[in-house]
Amino acid sequence: MTKPQVGVVVFPGSNCEQDVVHAFRYLGAEARYIWHHETDVAGFDVLVLPGGFAYGDYLRTGAIAAFSPIMDSVRAFAEEGGPVIGICNGFQILCEAGLLPGVLRRNTGLKFRCIPIQVRIETTASPFTSSAVEGQVLEIPINHFEGNYFCDEETLTVLERDRRIVFRYCSPDGEVTARANPNGALANIAGIISEAGNVLGMMPHPERAIDPEVGGTDGEVIFRSVMAASSLVTQG
Amino acid sequence: MKFEVAIDVMPRREISDPQGQTIERALPTLGFEGFESVRVGKRIAVVMEAETEAQAREVIEQACQRFLTNPQIEHFSYSLTVTQGTA
Repeated sequence: MTKPQVGVVVFPGSNCEQDVVHAFRYLGAEARYIWHHETDVAGFDVLVLPGGFAYGDYLRTGAIAAFSPIMDSVRAFAEEGGPVIGICNGFQILCEAGLLPGVLRRNTGLKFRCIPIQVRIETTASPFTSSAVEGQVLEIPINHFEGNYFCDEETLTVLERDRRIVFRYCSPDGEVTARANPNGALANIAGIISEAGNVLGMMPHPERAIDPEVGGTDGEVIFRSVMAASSLVTQG
Repeated sequence: MKFEVAIDVMPRREISDPQGQTIERALPTLGFEGFESVRVGKRIAVVMEAETEAQAREVIEQACQRFLTNPQIEHFSYSLTVTQGTA
């Protein structure tokens, strides 16, 4: 069986790309970096936009990176159904690029939050959660200042109706409460998928939770799900 | 023609502005009384060239809508001054 090929996009200011590459290799995939000025994504089964501070977060988080040359290729890859994951700053970039609805605003409470939090898996009908169990609680670290998800009411209604909210911040026993919300995100949203379901944006860092030696293994299920999904596509 | 343009970007009214709220709470602790509705935005100052003022305005508005602001959470206003050429 050929290994899934994962491309990790590197923008000036990205800083989680090595963790993502390590995580996918650790779990048995092939992973390599793609500089944001490249435009060729042929041969990749999965694309990841990692966390960091692309372009120093200048103007707005993700605003400048959204116009990087690679983004046209990411858009085309997504339109063909290829799975795309944006983590933290990657999520912000996907929103600014219009690949996902809404925007990540400055946290309420005025704090940069760098802590392990819990999220509840709201749906397993996505290539990113298919190996998980609905209602499963994952402990994954967050590390951000702008994670306060916001969209207009109409968009929220659509996200809820079409079950596009994949992760919500929750208590350790899986209750979605205001107290469990680390950043003020609307409806405790920690991650959403696109209308077609193949683009995921999430604030928590699953790549920091794949090794029992460092931070637990709860993030593994997300990468394993997408690796399984991409193998199915590759094998036809 | 050359124009000096000052673009003000502000968080939309209906959206909370935690930064502004925090500054509002801090002001009276320093003895500055009577402030309300404090909101924090940013100013983008540019010098630009265009054939006419109308053309300059069109380009500025497009740039604001597509790139300089995120219309979901921000709105903008701008002022424009001719610095070179005929008004």
